[in-house]
Amino acid sequence: MDRAFELHDVHFDYEGIAALQGLSLQVEQGERVALLGANGSGKSTLLRILNALYFPKQGSVHFQSEPLTQRRFQDEEFLLSFRRRVALVFQNPDVQLFNPTVFDEVAYGPLQLNWRREELVRRVEETLSLMAITHLRERPPYRLSGGEKKRVALASVLVLDPEVLLLDEPTATLDPRTQSQVIDLLQQWKGTPKTVITATHQVEIVEYIADRVIVLQAGHIAASGTPAEILSNRDLLLSANLIHVHRHAHGGVMHSHPHFHGHSHQEPEP
Amino acid sequence: MSGRTFIESTVRGFTEALAHALLSERAAGQAGLLQTFDPRVRVLGLLALVAAVVLCRRIEVVAVLLGLAALLAVSSRVNLASLAKRVWLVVLGFTGLIALPALFLTPGEPWFTIPGLRLSITQHGLRTAVLLVLRVEAAATFATLLVLCTPWNHVLKALRSLHLPAEIVAMLAMTHRYVFLLIETANQMFESRQSRMVGVLPAKEYRNMTTRTAGVLLSKSVELSHEVYLAMISRGFRGEIASLSEFRMKFRDYVGLMAFFCSGAIAVWLGR
Repeated sequence: MDRAFELHDVHFDYEGIAALQGLSLQVEQGERVALLGANGSGKSTLLRILNALYFPKQGSVHFQSEPLTQRRFQDEEFLLSFRRRVALVFQNPDVQLFNPTVFDEVAYGPLQLNWRREELVRRVEETLSLMAITHLRERPPYRLSGGEKKRVALASVLVLDPEVLLLDEPTATLDPRTQSQVIDLLQQWKGTPKTVITATHQVEIVEYIADRVIVLQAGHIAASGTPAEILSNRDLLLSANLIHVHRHAHGGVMHSHPHFHGHSHQEPEP
Repeated sequence: MSGRTFIESTVRGFTEALAHALLSERAAGQAGLLQTFDPRVRVLGLLALVAAVVLCRRIEVVAVLLGLAALLAVSSRVNLASLAKRVWLVVLGFTGLIALPALFLTPGEPWFTIPGLRLSITQHGLRTAVLLVLRVEAAATFATLLVLCTPWNHVLKALRSLHLPAEIVAMLAMTHRYVFLLIETANQMFESRQSRMVGVLPAKEYRNMTTRTAGVLLSKSVELSHEVYLAMISRGFRGEIASLSEFRMKFRDYVGLMAFFCSGAIAVWLGR
């Protein structure tokens, strides 16, 4: 299997406030990886570094053996090729929907990458249909619901048919039905050559969307393993602030146990 | 003004701004006369009529142009009562205020002398004031018709295909896009404040609150603009705006454009 990303000893900070601290990581092509971590653990920063929006202050990042540096992105051919192959869906869809209509939004990426008009229009129409948002094509973003915005944001990167998809909290703030639709979409990519890296703090979805889970804590990797391995490690999840201790009474007797939403747990015998 | 009224009226103002935008979109979607023309024809044609209004010097001709604007509004299914409330009354108020001194200060034959005061409205002053008010009314009506009968994204695309620089069009598009988000954010901030209010605060405290809200909104908009820029780079933005024009001129569009230009030219010739 070829390697999609290789990060070595990556450091990044926001004006002195550390976000990533000596992070090293390899992601193979076609792998589905979940970056699991609480707020402020460095997930979004890592995704932005993988999308070459930020460059590490220290350490190195390679995409398919090519170094991702500011100098490398001065080569327009490489820049266009990278933006075509690696796409990021932002956590806040309002950030990503800056065009006057849904059609323009989905067409924006291909237009920037100099696609031919006929191919562009055909791909945009196909993507609108795939995401079931054709009826929204002339609608401005401020008249979309939260779920619709998320679908349009996804469509705006899927239109490029990227090899690598970076998703920042794709199901956060969505209603259960839309959440399930997004998870179904992510599951469809299982077994395809697409590399999907999803940042989330929702423990309950990782087993559906990832083959490997990387737990981030304070800017470094706290653990890595299969969803089953990570989800069975309650101490790890507790220390990473991903689950909390839940207290309740059974027949007047108080007891507590680790708890996260979306999974059933075995109640101890009273 | 009581505190509650202040917050309620602010929230109502935000809601009305959003409602106006929705109403404009609905009007733009109606099957009226202007809506059947290519957006570029609407932009060029209505701008030509605005130019004609500005160049006309005769009240009668400007009045006819205002009548033409009203006729276009009716045939484009724009509600005249709403147009009168949103444009004609507002323009009358503002321009009337500006034109008022001209009634008395412009030299000429007295037309009416106010009893008890040594003030006379001159004939020339009256003509100047009426011409000014009619000109602004007509120009504002044509401009409003363009916005009401054309979705904003079509106006922008038409401007772009008429070779307005892409950067200016992009700035207009983003301003329109994010002003709604910021209105919504400001609305939520005021509603959240209102939900926690007990009693009435002094006026000074309300002024401070408004200033703080403006400050928070400004810092949010700076943060948002940085994020939007990253989202643009992520999808291949390299400093140049590319756009896709989907417009195609048909025979009726050429006829419409000619009609607009001829009307404007005749008005300028008659009103010289």
